Amino acid sequence: MNANLVGIAIIDIVFFTLLVLTAVAIIRQRSLFAVAMLSGVFSLLSAGLFVTLDAMDVAFTEAAVGAGISTVLMLGTLALTDKDEMKRKRSALLPLLVCFVAGAALIYGTLDMPPFGAADNPVQTHVAPEYIERTPAEIGIPNIVAAVLASYRGFDTMGEVVVVFAALVGVLLMLGTTGRPSGKRKE
Amino acid sequence: MEHHSILRVVSKLLIPPMLVYALYVQFHGEYSPGGGFQAGVVFAAAFVLYSLVHGIDALTKVAPPRILHILAGIGVLIFAGTGLVTIALGDAYLGYYALAENPQHAQEWGIVVVELGVGMTVATVMLSIFIAFASHTRKLDNKDW
Repeated sequence: MNANLVGIAIIDIVFFTLLVLTAVAIIRQRSLFAVAMLSGVFSLLSAGLFVTLDAMDVAFTEAAVGAGISTVLMLGTLALTDKDEMKRKRSALLPLLVCFVAGAALIYGTLDMPPFGAADNPVQTHVAPEYIERTPAEIGIPNIVAAVLASYRGFDTMGEVVVVFAALVGVLLMLGTTGRPSGKRKE
Repeated sequence: MEHHSILRVVSKLLIPPMLVYALYVQFHGEYSPGGGFQAGVVFAAAFVLYSLVHGIDALTKVAPPRILHILAGIGVLIFAGTGLVTIALGDAYLGYYALAENPQHAQEWGIVVVELGVGMTVATVMLSIFIAFASHTRKLDNKDW
């Protein structure tokens, strides 16, 4: 048990180090192509972190959407714009200060949070045990996440699907619906 | 891009397992991680890979945007329609218990149908957005490689 926890801690440290390195690399990088690929790497590392948190469904989604589709869409967007980031003219001092203040406020906020993984955390004592208890009897499927998403919170999930559909409508309104190469259009 | 045989062979090897895996994630979602959303994304990714290798025109021949848009709407309607069906059968909106005698079977039916709508919408929306972006870009010449 203890060796297990140490192993998870080591994996977490490695993942977080790589995440920070990727983030710094994204900031330093001028080539937007590299930035798009690195943000895919960032998503894949986050997916790995979700696996260590036993959140398989979230990890799956992050790997498929964050590292997969959105990287491709970023590259597709890049093809429509420029390949390199514009050089900054103003100094980065004020944005840096804002980042540090906001970051310090967030860290200060975590001080009030209950200890990570403790058994009496609100997340463990609120509705989660109820779902775990009720799902086998009421729904009868092993994947409790699916039971919550599609049955207990079915209405929310329907809203999400409508949002996905609305995203398509928005993109089509901006880019046109034909799907024909721009060369063939009258512009 | 006809002479890029490595890309073509690798994509031919990868695309069928991707599609099968997407279907597995879709229909095995009650037993293992995943569900309609993830399945839809993986399904769309297979088509995106096809387009990356064979070009956007080949993709729009296989998956015409018009049909994708209609399917995206149908996916939402499947989800919302399930709710109306359960109302008609005498339960609440999306109350699946009305769908079958056995309550657990009823829940499973409801979840499978609803997830099908989710998968359909997500796959077609992702693909349509990709096509919308990609069809605006200039075609790559062989010299660009």
